[in-house]
Amino acid sequence: MAPTLTTADAFTAVADAGRRDLLSALGTGESTVGDLVDRLRLRQPQVSKHLGVLRSVGLVLVRPEGRHRFYRVNGPALKPIHDWVRTFERTWNIRLDRLDDLLGELQSNPESNK
Amino acid sequence: MSANAAVKNRHGSAVVTLPSDTEILITRQFDAPADLVFKAYTTPELVKRWWGFETSEWLVCEVDLRVGGRWRYVIRERGHEVGFHGDFREIDRPARIVSTEVYEQFPGGEEAAALDIVTLEEADGVTTMKVLVKHARPEHRDAHIASGMESGMQISYNRLEDLVRQA
Repeated sequence: MAPTLTTADAFTAVADAGRRDLLSALGTGESTVGDLVDRLRLRQPQVSKHLGVLRSVGLVLVRPEGRHRFYRVNGPALKPIHDWVRTFERTWNIRLDRLDDLLGELQSNPESNK
Repeated sequence: MSANAAVKNRHGSAVVTLPSDTEILITRQFDAPADLVFKAYTTPELVKRWWGFETSEWLVCEVDLRVGGRWRYVIRERGHEVGFHGDFREIDRPARIVSTEVYEQFPGGEEAAALDIVTLEEADGVTTMKVLVKHARPEHRDAHIASGMESGMQISYNRLEDLVRQA
């Protein structure tokens, strides 16, 4: 399904470039809000707001430890986006596999190379 | 289509990524010189043999390969006509082709044109093709992906139909 813009889900959450930057900054590790503020050079309220949206759709998880809260990406929640792109990728694979076959044929039989 | 041609291939290896919210990048390698890939990509007689699908009927395949020249492909797939056209902005044989692309069935017409940047890089007999599709708006890109998926699904249905017929 194509993403809809009316409901909050992983698609709408990553439609915002700032939130994509935040996900990239989190990468595969854990960060505190303070770390993200320093690395992204954003103001703390902005980072907190983005984290709130990402948490509300389950893209980011939080782990409290002492006085700190550590944020991390929730990989499985990105799966709908991954699947959406993979389906499109299959279409391209069909097309380019045919090009691959043609190139093989043209090389093995140069006469068909008009 | 011969069995020999399938001995060396990289089927299923195309990778699609979304570099930004307006772009699609397709990357694929071929065991062929860049010059031949360029030729297959831009010669109508050859384009007809790979672009589209096995079940597609070609109605129009025109390529005026010069800067400012137009290209147009129209196929009929299961009774539906699907058309694409655009014009060439840059041609650097065999390394690079920049053209616009309009999906004729998509509302928005010329304003919804995408810019396609095709680069071919050859190293040790292997050509890496990159197709970067740049849309003006994120919703155009998303619609592009959604429509591409529809045709992919169509193919799966066709294949299913073939299977059912053989059974």
